[in-house]
Amino acid sequence: MFGFGILSCIVFLPLAGAGFILALRGNDEATLENARWAALGTTVIVLLLSLYAYARFDPSSSAFQFVEEKGWFGHGLVYKMGVDGISFPFVLLTTFLMPICILASWQSIQNRVKEYMITFLVLETLMIGVFCALDLVLFYLFFEGSMIPMFLIIGIWGHARRIYATFKFFLYTFAGSVLMLLAIMAMYGVAGTTDITVLLHTHFPSPMQKWLWLGFFASLAVKTPMWPVHTWLPDAHVEAPTAGSVLLAGVLLKFGAYGFIRFSLPMFPEASAYFAPLVFALSVIAIIYTSLVALVQEDMKKLIAYTSVAHMGLVTMGIFSVTPQGVQGAVFQMVSHGLVSAALFLCVGVLYDRLHTHEIAAYGGLVARMPIYAAVFMIFTLANLGLPGTSGFIGEFLTLLGTFRINSWVAFLATTGLIWSAAYALYLYRRIIFDVLDKPSLAAIRDFSWREATLFAPLVALTIFFGVYPAPVLEASAAAISTLIKGYDTALGETKTAALFRLKAE
Amino acid sequence: MASLSLSLAHCLPELILAAGVLVLVLLGAIRGKDSDVLVTETAAGLLGAAILVILLGGKTNAIVFDGAFINDGFGRFMKVLTLAGSLVTLVMSRDFLAAEKIDKFEFPILILLSTLGMLMLISAAGLIALYIGLELMSLALYVLAAFHRDNIRASEAGLKYFVLGALSSGMLLYGASLLYGFAGTVSFAGIAETINERASLGVVFGLVFLMVGLAFKMSAVPFHMWTPDVYEGAPTPVTAFFITAVKMAAVAITLRVILTAFPGIAPQWRQIVIFLSILSMVLGSFAAIGQANIKRLMAYSTIGHVGFALVGLAAGGEAGVAGVLAYMAIYLVMTLGTFAGILSMRVDGEGVENISDLAGLAKTDGVMAFFFAMMMFSLAGIPPLAGFFAKWYVFNAAIQAQLYPLAVIGVLSSVVAAFYYLRIVKVMYFDEPAPAFDRAAPAPRIVLAVSGILVVFLFAYPGLFIDATMAAAKSLF
Repeated sequence: MFGFGILSCIVFLPLAGAGFILALRGNDEATLENARWAALGTTVIVLLLSLYAYARFDPSSSAFQFVEEKGWFGHGLVYKMGVDGISFPFVLLTTFLMPICILASWQSIQNRVKEYMITFLVLETLMIGVFCALDLVLFYLFFEGSMIPMFLIIGIWGHARRIYATFKFFLYTFAGSVLMLLAIMAMYGVAGTTDITVLLHTHFPSPMQKWLWLGFFASLAVKTPMWPVHTWLPDAHVEAPTAGSVLLAGVLLKFGAYGFIRFSLPMFPEASAYFAPLVFALSVIAIIYTSLVALVQEDMKKLIAYTSVAHMGLVTMGIFSVTPQGVQGAVFQMVSHGLVSAALFLCVGVLYDRLHTHEIAAYGGLVARMPIYAAVFMIFTLANLGLPGTSGFIGEFLTLLGTFRINSWVAFLATTGLIWSAAYALYLYRRIIFDVLDKPSLAAIRDFSWREATLFAPLVALTIFFGVYPAPVLEASAAAISTLIKGYDTALGETKTAALFRLKAE
Repeated sequence: MASLSLSLAHCLPELILAAGVLVLVLLGAIRGKDSDVLVTETAAGLLGAAILVILLGGKTNAIVFDGAFINDGFGRFMKVLTLAGSLVTLVMSRDFLAAEKIDKFEFPILILLSTLGMLMLISAAGLIALYIGLELMSLALYVLAAFHRDNIRASEAGLKYFVLGALSSGMLLYGASLLYGFAGTVSFAGIAETINERASLGVVFGLVFLMVGLAFKMSAVPFHMWTPDVYEGAPTPVTAFFITAVKMAAVAITLRVILTAFPGIAPQWRQIVIFLSILSMVLGSFAAIGQANIKRLMAYSTIGHVGFALVGLAAGGEAGVAGVLAYMAIYLVMTLGTFAGILSMRVDGEGVENISDLAGLAKTDGVMAFFFAMMMFSLAGIPPLAGFFAKWYVFNAAIQAQLYPLAVIGVLSSVVAAFYYLRIVKVMYFDEPAPAFDRAAPAPRIVLAVSGILVVFLFAYPGLFIDATMAAAKSLF
């Protein structure tokens, strides 16, 4: 298509949109309106393109599809793009959330509108690029590059403590990532290339695998985020503007877990097996501890941020169970969490637009004035706590099922997390939606506007649709995941046999 | 005679500058005070001509003048960088000097003389040539640092630089004499022949003293003490000159001396380089955090960057050297852009140098803020900007050479360094506006924009650049 592959189109089209907005002159209301429409138009076209790609995507194949390759830096660094069943759902998730983000910022952002739209479009390019890159350096480029727009989004359009939050976000993730960069260099030294498709079939020596795994873990654990390096997330969420939180929770958090599935498991299988107990322990702590922390939060966004940490704990647990159910559940849970947490942040944003506070105590009894809002918020609260019939259930169930097959105690402890999540989610809901509406500031609060209703309609539809019929996501990723697990088992089997032979020889 | 003219052909760029300087001094002396514009333009033309001669001229490698002067791919690459640094700083400096009323015709002449010294330094193939080049460069620099002679800080900078510079030259000379005594020759190739594998204690001593002198010129820790004071005190264009052209020449000769004269005793010099590199990276990162003056901050930043470049030298080998060359080239572009920005910082005709003066620049001058922010992100080494690739090449070389602790310390200190670069972005983008800057002169604005575009889009088409560094690195081995 136009001399590029379809993936390059999807990745770089937002940049073109950003360039167009950059070319707009003037700062009057009409120009700003044009900038908004241009951004919305671009993201919608990108969404349509990605849906077109989805129509041509063959879910029965585990190979990378739509592959493009061009020479780039020489010496093994290539420009290579492609998607498989593991990455493609995230591409769709990103392109789906972007128009919603633009719409959600339509009125709440009045300050430096053009810059805002440009930053978001650049961020979209980088986010999609992360999932499409088939070269480690290219991946790193997108992965790290996405910090620049996020840094600006939180720092410029954030709330009171935005500078502290954005520095913390940036330096935390940067510190982790540079160690991953060193691991990438070491892999380049062994394989002579950073082409992911080659690296997937490269065998790294056992002791080296552990170091490489740790290097990747340093970066991916911060990004996921896993306990105890999650502390940047609540701050970043609280200070970010609504759309920034949506992308942070919906897409950026998925980078980490995606990296575990894409790199850690298949490239360092022995180290993954070796470190799995560590990941299990951290995941279980994350699930229980952050759920408890969420219970006592007084800030809505902070509460939801902590629930994100807990949910990502389920994801990492599922991934390192390395069972078909666990990994599929993890992918599904990520997609579902992308929809649900994004929707929850949007719900908070709706309230923030009206009252300009995230304090839970400032609200109460909203059901009387905002019935539609109460209903929508209910759906996402229930999805968040994993009620059957919503998308949240499928992911939680599958990850727990997969983990149970490996380690029943881990699964048991993680299951208690479901109880905690019901506790904090319902407790939050009661405090905001029920109780008596006695605060004077709430007396005139309005229900959804048309724009807001449009925002939530697709999210509600998808959350319930995937809850009832999860097949589209599960089927898309099934083939790729079963290949991944087969490769993992073979690699471990080989080392076991080798060890056995050594024993016999001795 | 044929051989003489052949020899002269190999140092054509140096000849152009040398002859040009003599003519310009005469011209300045005859025409008097109002000749500064003409002299500056001619000097810029000469620098440009020297670049063209190197780019379009012969690509044959040769050692001429009885083994004193070498013309090779490495030298040509670094000379182009040095000349480009000189040319751009000279062009940018015009408006600054005029505004500060120090636009004398000596300025371009001193720049030319110093650049001539740098070219000779880069091409030095023996200790004597090295010393002559170094002193020619340094003497002009001492004067340049104190060029604003009515300014007390500039005078202090010049004096400090002179005293410490003389000390370091003395060290270097002492090391050179030791080397001559123990190796019996002054040419690098000759030294390399005599000391293969096992070096006597005297040679090692000589090496250490030599490296002290060179580390001083590169401002590597612990020989950096003069850097912040001199960089802060000197007139801004001179600081830009120090940080671009001088840095290129100093790093180039360090590479050449170590790799061509001491290839046999790599374990000995590698420890020294690693030591210098780690200290520079760490100190450059931490000490810059507390700075309020942007020139002083850039002084610490350059100390850190020299540390990063030395990582490539510690790794050694062609990949390491190519990494250093890529690093220096990208660093040149980034610092030229940054200093173009700093030169544009003028409020009501007065130059300002504090970071807080940049506050809210995104609102008062969005274009400048954008490019300046790109420079900062790039200096911090964030992809996809050019600074990331600079770091990629040197650290990749270090990893392949299995210098893991060095690489880990390096990348972690780059995280610390990221903090202060981000702080500048924060000041420009998140803070409330300070008084707007005057409309900057066209030259710095163009330089900032061009280097901004180079930094942002290097990743799109890097092939030519990378091939050039690889080819240049080959000629050292």
